[in-house]
Amino acid sequence: MAALLEVKGLQAQYGPTQVLHGMDFAVEQGGITTILGANGAGKTTTLRAVCGMVRTRGEISFAGQRIDGLATESIVRLGVAHVPDGRGTFLHLNVEENLRLGAYTRRDKAEVAADFERVYAYFPRLKERCRQQAGTLSGGEQQMLAVSRALMLRPRLLLLDEPSFGLAPLVVQELFEIFRAINVQEGVSILLVEQNASLALKLAQRAYLLETGRVVVSGSAEEIRGNESVRRSYLGY
Amino acid sequence: MDLLIHQVFSGLATGGIYASVALALVMIYQATHLVNFAQGELAMFSTYIAWSLIQAGVPYWAAFVLTASLAFLLGVVIERVIVRPVENAPILSVVIVFIGLLVIFNSLAGWIFSYTIKPFPSPFPEQPLFGNRYVSSHELGSIAITLVVLALLFVFFRFTPLGLAMRAAAQNPVSSRLVGIRVGWMLALGWGLAGAIGAIAGMMVAPTVFLEPNMMSGILLYAFAAALLGGIDSPGGAVLGGFIVGVLENLVGSFLGTELKLTVALVLIVGVLVVRPSGLFGKVHVNRV
Repeated sequence: MAALLEVKGLQAQYGPTQVLHGMDFAVEQGGITTILGANGAGKTTTLRAVCGMVRTRGEISFAGQRIDGLATESIVRLGVAHVPDGRGTFLHLNVEENLRLGAYTRRDKAEVAADFERVYAYFPRLKERCRQQAGTLSGGEQQMLAVSRALMLRPRLLLLDEPSFGLAPLVVQELFEIFRAINVQEGVSILLVEQNASLALKLAQRAYLLETGRVVVSGSAEEIRGNESVRRSYLGY
Repeated sequence: MDLLIHQVFSGLATGGIYASVALALVMIYQATHLVNFAQGELAMFSTYIAWSLIQAGVPYWAAFVLTASLAFLLGVVIERVIVRPVENAPILSVVIVFIGLLVIFNSLAGWIFSYTIKPFPSPFPEQPLFGNRYVSSHELGSIAITLVVLALLFVFFRFTPLGLAMRAAAQNPVSSRLVGIRVGWMLALGWGLAGAIGAIAGMMVAPTVFLEPNMMSGILLYAFAAALLGGIDSPGGAVLGGFIVGVLENLVGSFLGTELKLTVALVLIVGVLVVRPSGLFGKVHVNRV
């Protein structure tokens, strides 16, 4: 399988503080890759770097094309949807408007209409609340909305930043099942950043362990799950 | 009684002008959280463009549309060339840039067109419409045009994808980029719209106050009061505020004395800020914490 996203020697910094010190990783076409690590390891920064939200050095290629240095909105237009840290909801707009914005770059009206039904089928709760101001949704519903908004782009690659954060275990379970469905049924590749390692390793095929901006362990998800010393020292379960 | 009705109508007419300028202020405030002090001078300068076109023999309504379009372009260019570079500068620096623009356009108008007061034509007939005694055709016409502009803006922001994108970019620029909206252009578009709205206000007010480089300075103050009264982030509120300020100013002027006219604006500004800073229709947003 060819890599959809390939990153080599990625460095990033906020002002004088360097956060990523030369990371290499890849997301296979149709695959799910997860990046694990503690708070402050650089997980969120990695996702931000991929879609041009922070200044970076190193190579980032998407579908064979270099995207490092491109503006965020240009990278998005290539088919990279980012569900950001904090969910990035348009709080003062209603649910439907949030979803319409997700499809902002698309001109195929009929298919956009079909995609509304598609995401409402994944998350029936959103359909019930389609006229409600997004800021009044519960945390779980806002996460569903963020994922749905990303799907409205018809992305080739979905970047998920700690989707389980702050949600009830049952909601998290439901959400992860939907991620699998999105991946399997629609062929959307996923780059998942998580603190909940056991959950992420069950979903992903490949995993990278991040410590203070460096990849310390990488391999198939299965290998890492099976490696007790790695689990103990890095994943804490 | 006649005097009262007459003053109310002419208050509504000037109020329409305040409403338009207030709307232009709101347009830029929503996107940048800054009040564009140069808004009035831009409107004045655009009105000079309309005057030149009409002098050159262009029919009134053609000149009207052309001027609004040119003012739109002017707004976009100003945002791209002058405001853009100070995007991340402290608020005070941006305000100084706005004041600089105010002075530049004021002097530019005086330099190019001279400070002599010029008459500006009204597109509406001399005789009052429908044989009424209270309101001139020009007053009625400018009220109507304000309302049409408001309706068009409402439709644009509510029902078009571009309008939605502009609202989104104003609220949450980071997320807007993540759905592919070119946020920088949305700001420029906001400036363009504000420029066009201001130009229309200028063309509507010029027949009454006559065209000269300082014609908008008082109006900007009233418009600011109107925007604050209605809620500076609410386009509909700004328009209503404009009409209220216009009527109030006129009634105070005719029943309490002309000297107090400008005081109305200042009392309103201070009053609103003290009693209800979000204005009558300023949204109180509901957020989860």
